[in-house]
Amino acid sequence: MPIQSYLFLSFSLFAIGVMGVLMRRNAIVIFMCIELMLNAVNLLLVAFSKVHADPGAQVFVFFIMVVAAAEVAVGLAIIVMMFRKVNSVDINILNRLKN
Amino acid sequence: MTQLVYLVPLFPLIGFLLNGLFWKSMPKKLAGIIGSTAILASFAVSLGIFFEVKNGAAAGQGIVHLFDFITVGNFKIPFAFMVDQLSAMFLLIITGIGFLIHLYSTSYMHDDEGFTKYFAYLNLFVFFMLLLVLGANYVVMFIGWEGVGLASYLLIGFWYKNQEYTNASKKAFVMNRIGDLGFLVGMMLTVYHFGTLSYNDFFAQLQGGIGAQTQNGYMIGTGMTNAIAICFFIGAMGKSAQIPLYTWLPDAMAGPTPVSALIHAATMVTAGIYMIARSNALFNLAPMAQNIIAIIGLATVLLAASIALKQNDIKKVLAYSTVSQLGYMFLALGVGAYVGSLFHVMTHAFFKALLFLGSGSVIHAMSGEQDMRKMGGLGKHMPITKFTFLIGCLAISGFPFFSGFFSKDEILAAAYAKNPMFYYLGLLGAMMTTYYMFRAYFYTFTGNFRGTEAQHHHLHESPAAMTIPLVILAILSLVGGLVGLPEVFSHHHLLNEYLSPVVQNFDIHHLDHTMELTLMGIASAIVLIMIYVARVITRKEQFGEAKGLAKVLENKWYIDELYDFVIVRPLAWKSRILNNIVEQKGIDGGVNGLGQLVQWGSTRLKNLQSGQVGSYLFAMVIGIIIIFAIGIFGLLYM
Repeated sequence: MPIQSYLFLSFSLFAIGVMGVLMRRNAIVIFMCIELMLNAVNLLLVAFSKVHADPGAQVFVFFIMVVAAAEVAVGLAIIVMMFRKVNSVDINILNRLKN
Repeated sequence: MTQLVYLVPLFPLIGFLLNGLFWKSMPKKLAGIIGSTAILASFAVSLGIFFEVKNGAAAGQGIVHLFDFITVGNFKIPFAFMVDQLSAMFLLIITGIGFLIHLYSTSYMHDDEGFTKYFAYLNLFVFFMLLLVLGANYVVMFIGWEGVGLASYLLIGFWYKNQEYTNASKKAFVMNRIGDLGFLVGMMLTVYHFGTLSYNDFFAQLQGGIGAQTQNGYMIGTGMTNAIAICFFIGAMGKSAQIPLYTWLPDAMAGPTPVSALIHAATMVTAGIYMIARSNALFNLAPMAQNIIAIIGLATVLLAASIALKQNDIKKVLAYSTVSQLGYMFLALGVGAYVGSLFHVMTHAFFKALLFLGSGSVIHAMSGEQDMRKMGGLGKHMPITKFTFLIGCLAISGFPFFSGFFSKDEILAAAYAKNPMFYYLGLLGAMMTTYYMFRAYFYTFTGNFRGTEAQHHHLHESPAAMTIPLVILAILSLVGGLVGLPEVFSHHHLLNEYLSPVVQNFDIHHLDHTMELTLMGIASAIVLIMIYVARVITRKEQFGEAKGLAKVLENKWYIDELYDFVIVRPLAWKSRILNNIVEQKGIDGGVNGLGQLVQWGSTRLKNLQSGQVGSYLFAMVIGIIIIFAIGIFGLLYM
């Protein structure tokens, strides 16, 4: 399969992820979009690993997965705490950092 | 003993520290004892030094080096003392009369709540004055010079709760400062041309005379020497109250009377004369400066004496008298009679201190009254004071064979030899001196008492601590002249012989004996006539409103008002402008404006923080895109 298809898929996934982060109001959906961006990068890395026959990139993918998992844990914990405070995950209500 | 000279200023310094640091807890008696014994100890050491020096130390030998004060490259200023005939003489005067005045003060000031502070300040003053006369270079002298100005400020404004007194002390300090500028400029010129500030080096270079080369490669010319000499004289003008910087001294009478006696009669005001006498090598090469000194001295004699003729406050009479007598000393310096001037310094210290302490005794008895119009007939109640005051008056007038006679006549004879006009004007000054002093004496001690009943009851002779110094000073005023007997009476002018290694005196052989005797005779006759005139006028006891010339004299020729109009007011006006416009609008506006700018900016920037997570995320994405773009373009163009 030509490399361009992988690139195209990876870029579209990333772009959808970015747009989701910018446009959605639900905090959990924003997190899912961040995961989407990370996975797009993973795909790209694996594709290029095959092209350059370099297994190092695949090792890097494992690292990224681990970091993503940790980040999700921490982020969801923060959202749970905010939910307990204001009973919502709408980011327009989460504006305690104002001024 | 010469090596121990550092003890002389050390004792008063210790006295100052003890009295100054522990003034709250120090009992009054102990404060007085500490202050007085410090000076007595210094006097003892000074006596030892005097006898050692008298028996032969060549000029410039007795340098006691303490430590290196300032070292800049090759230029070194050591903190060193010079012990020679001139400084030994001044040491005796300062510590001797200082001790008598400390003793007097223990009684005079015993009621005062600032008693301990007073003794601390007095010791501080003596410490600085000793530094002044002991210095081996102009820098140590300057330290002492400034220090006595400070002590004078502290002591004149001693009763600080009175606004007038503090004004007087500020006036004294500022006028001193103006003179100090002249002294500093003189010092800087000396360093520039001669490369040294220490007496030995400087005077050795001057030995070459006009036309010789200095260490720094300049040729000694009269322009240079006159400039330095005049600058030094400006310093002396401020410190020793000559025209135009004399108006602080009469105002300085606001301080306690013993302070007036010590500082403004016997010691501080003689600092200028010491400085010029010490630098006689320089002044001998600066004839224009010498003329200026003589003329200003003479003018001061006459101006101050004329004002004293019409003063009603006994201390003011004595203050103007001091200014006038200092004028005589400068006249002597100006004609080259250095020993005559120093002789008069000594005798003046004796009889002026005596007169001031006597007036203090009178003021004490009159419960603080200083106006002579309210006194009269005090001789009956205070015989010792009256008798010693009379001796002081006779001495200052130059009555034959009292100390003042010899010193003043030496000055007048030298003046005559230089320029007969100087002599005649000096004689006029002597006439006025006799008149105003005896006017003061007769008004105070003879006639009828003109004060209130309450004051009359309180009249009494002063206690021993006050009368003993009076008696000692009276004896000194009587016999002090014996060290300077002129040629006609004795072949030994003791003072001249003593000071000859240090100071070249005016050659008194210029006048033949008959001339000298004539001059003396004229002076004595004048004294007797003026005493009689004073008696006649004061017997009338008329105190009307002063009119015409008398009014001008009583108001001090309106010179203070002139200074106020010409100098003080424009300065105050300029200060006001600088304050209101430059300071408040300009500088404050600038600094405050900066603060306000920051505040405005932060108010605007505050709105960035909306708290909306969405906008934060948007900003993050934009930022990443920008970094990414820069990275790509960097890679493309690198």
